Amino acid sequence: MTDLPTLWFILTAAIFAIYFFLDGFDFGVGALQPFLARSEAERRAMIRTVGPFWAANEVWVILAAGVIFAAFPHWYGTLMTALYPEFTLILLALIGRGVAFEYRAEINHRRWRTFWDVTSFVTNLLPAFLWGAIMANMVRGLPIDASGRFDGSLLYSVNTFSVLGGLATLSLFVLHGATYLLLRLDDDDVLHGRARRAALIWGAVASALVLAFVYQGFIRTGLFGTFGLQEWLFPLAAAVNLGLIWLALTLGRDALAFAATGLTIVFSTATIFGSLYPNVLPSTLGDAYNLTVQNTASEPYTLRLLTWVGAAFLPLIIGYQAWNFYVFRQRIRAHDEKIPGGHD
Amino acid sequence: MNEILGFSTLDLSRFQFATTSIFHYFFVPFTVGFALIIAVLQTLAYRSRDPKLENLTRFFGHLFFINFAVGVVTGIVQEFQFGMNWQGFSNFVGNIFGIPLALEVLMAFFLESTFLGLWWFGKDRIPAWASLASIWIVAAGTTISAFWIIIANAWMQHPVGFELKDGRAVMTDAWAIVTNPKGLEWFAHIWAGSLTVAAFFVLAVSADHLRRRANVEAFRVSFRVALITALIGSGGVILAGHEQGQSAVRDQPMKYAAFSALWDTPEGNQMPESLVALPSNGARENRFELSVPYVGSFLAFNNFTEKAKGINDLQKEYEAKYGPGNYTPWVWPVYWSFRAMVGLGFLMLLVTLVYVWRWRQGKLDDPGRLYPLLLAMPLAPHLANFSGWIATEMGRQPWIVQGLLRTGDAVSQLNPMWVLLSLAAFWVVYLTLIGLDVFLLTRTARAGMHEPDVETPSVPAPDYVPEGARA
Repeated sequence: MTDLPTLWFILTAAIFAIYFFLDGFDFGVGALQPFLARSEAERRAMIRTVGPFWAANEVWVILAAGVIFAAFPHWYGTLMTALYPEFTLILLALIGRGVAFEYRAEINHRRWRTFWDVTSFVTNLLPAFLWGAIMANMVRGLPIDASGRFDGSLLYSVNTFSVLGGLATLSLFVLHGATYLLLRLDDDDVLHGRARRAALIWGAVASALVLAFVYQGFIRTGLFGTFGLQEWLFPLAAAVNLGLIWLALTLGRDALAFAATGLTIVFSTATIFGSLYPNVLPSTLGDAYNLTVQNTASEPYTLRLLTWVGAAFLPLIIGYQAWNFYVFRQRIRAHDEKIPGGHD
Repeated sequence: MNEILGFSTLDLSRFQFATTSIFHYFFVPFTVGFALIIAVLQTLAYRSRDPKLENLTRFFGHLFFINFAVGVVTGIVQEFQFGMNWQGFSNFVGNIFGIPLALEVLMAFFLESTFLGLWWFGKDRIPAWASLASIWIVAAGTTISAFWIIIANAWMQHPVGFELKDGRAVMTDAWAIVTNPKGLEWFAHIWAGSLTVAAFFVLAVSADHLRRRANVEAFRVSFRVALITALIGSGGVILAGHEQGQSAVRDQPMKYAAFSALWDTPEGNQMPESLVALPSNGARENRFELSVPYVGSFLAFNNFTEKAKGINDLQKEYEAKYGPGNYTPWVWPVYWSFRAMVGLGFLMLLVTLVYVWRWRQGKLDDPGRLYPLLLAMPLAPHLANFSGWIATEMGRQPWIVQGLLRTGDAVSQLNPMWVLLSLAAFWVVYLTLIGLDVFLLTRTARAGMHEPDVETPSVPAPDYVPEGARA
């Protein structure tokens, strides 16, 4: 492929898809924790399902940002300036979440743990919602002027479409977190049963919200207009998947359910980026001002270098991350947790 | 739209950048140096199969973990703010700056986050050699990360391997960027500085335990490892710093002149160096100055006959070259933070040498009267880093990319209100984090090696029970 900007646009989409897939279940587990875990042992078990993984999962978003910076610098600056409040909140949330993970267990005191549980809940919820809102705003377009700068009020990005997008990703991530728990918790555990119920409920919620978002996207933004003949492909795949999740849940096929929620996330991400192409950020002020894959891309020399580097390291990273998941593959039992006495 | 409380978006964005970088930098060098010390300790434990040393490794690993968490989360902000607050900068340098940033993620962040998890949680699931390899991989990852980010920063101070095209910098020679002499000097300086941060922390913790006669056999090992690290670190910082000063005279003469508060080019055929000065940007001279002859020439050129240009002459030169404008950085903070850095560097070397001497005397385990000094020393490298960044980043103003892009042209057009709000939010969160970090580090360090309060599942699952005792 000689069209390096397009290649890197696809890779950017893929990196986001991997990020949403991986950190999506972290967010979901964090958001579900207060509702599913009723004892300290159960809370610990839930945290332990993501304990060894969340940090490496989060690195995918750092990579996504780095790749946009290197491959599409103009997109990087405009997007982040335009959605400044959203990105600020995401950053604050990612800080809170990471620290909550690490510090909760440092002191065995009830109020200390409760503080971090609350922090963790809020900071998992926020990015799950905000990523959807950001994606929705990217699809909807932003007022970008002739100089390629955002020319609008900073609350421009708060609208029903972006709120709907936020709620859709939030529900999808919660569902994904629930099916992840089905896979990671011991099936005999009472927690496992609760996770299954949560998955069924959130499966319904997510289906409704995703469909509403797709419908709104279709009438408001011509979301699938650029897909040509295949415009039905991605939403159809997403719909089939959501059906599959329900089937898998009712049949008790945990791995299938998790694969299906993961695929829904991947297809949704592909839909978003596919509908953007050949733009990266459409302008609401006129098509002439659209930021496109070609006009925001770095020079060929930079992109070639990035391609070599990516080709060398991405397979390696995927390899050792997979090995990491393999090392910690055992299912977790809440009743195995050792709860020390202490200041409870 | 353009100002809030008298601050412009540019002022606030600069303050935000300084905030993010400096807070982040409290944790990063610690991670870089500490991972290496722990890897050395674990290697000793692995070779000797001594359960005491294994415990020691886990103990310091726990402290590492507490600190690492904050380093990671503050680092994400560092990356995103280039786009959020510095849109002009992102556009201008993306072609070049993005590559080392992406390399840092690909070559370092994934390694660190994956293998640290394996090392800490997977201790009982992977063989001992794999555990040892994991901590060395983490140590390598932190060092690689430092390398790439310094290469990126060095390009801004000394742009190489590029050409200007449509008003932005475009890469023409990647190898020149990687081997930027400025970058290599800085990396040496930064890396040695990181060693001092971790070394003085480990020295303090070990000294405290030695003084309390707790686990003496283990902590005397960490004390010695840290002392050697401190020697390499504080010696290396000074040598690399000397090199850097000399390259600054060539590449960033204005910054060098500000370091020395040298307003006018010296008249004789040598350059004095001021010991104390009260620089004034308004008067464009020092209100007070105490100088030593010849020292300036030696510091800048390794001889006693050459002289550097003064700020006032450089200002005229720059006006002729880049058009009218103010090319003079704010001298007094640059001058004084530079001196603070240098002073603290020599203090660190001095303290290290005192203890090396005690080692030779065979009095290292003896809690002498100097031990309280070691407890305060972890502050010194942090303050030196802080001052160093202030000096080097303020010293290059008004340039964000030396000679190519001014800071004022790099900033995003944002409502200052939003920047102020985010700045306030980051301050609250960062101050909380620093407080928590120091509190938990102190608490965990003082508790020492023992069965922990909590058998934690999520993170610190510190299992200090020796391998042998378990069997």
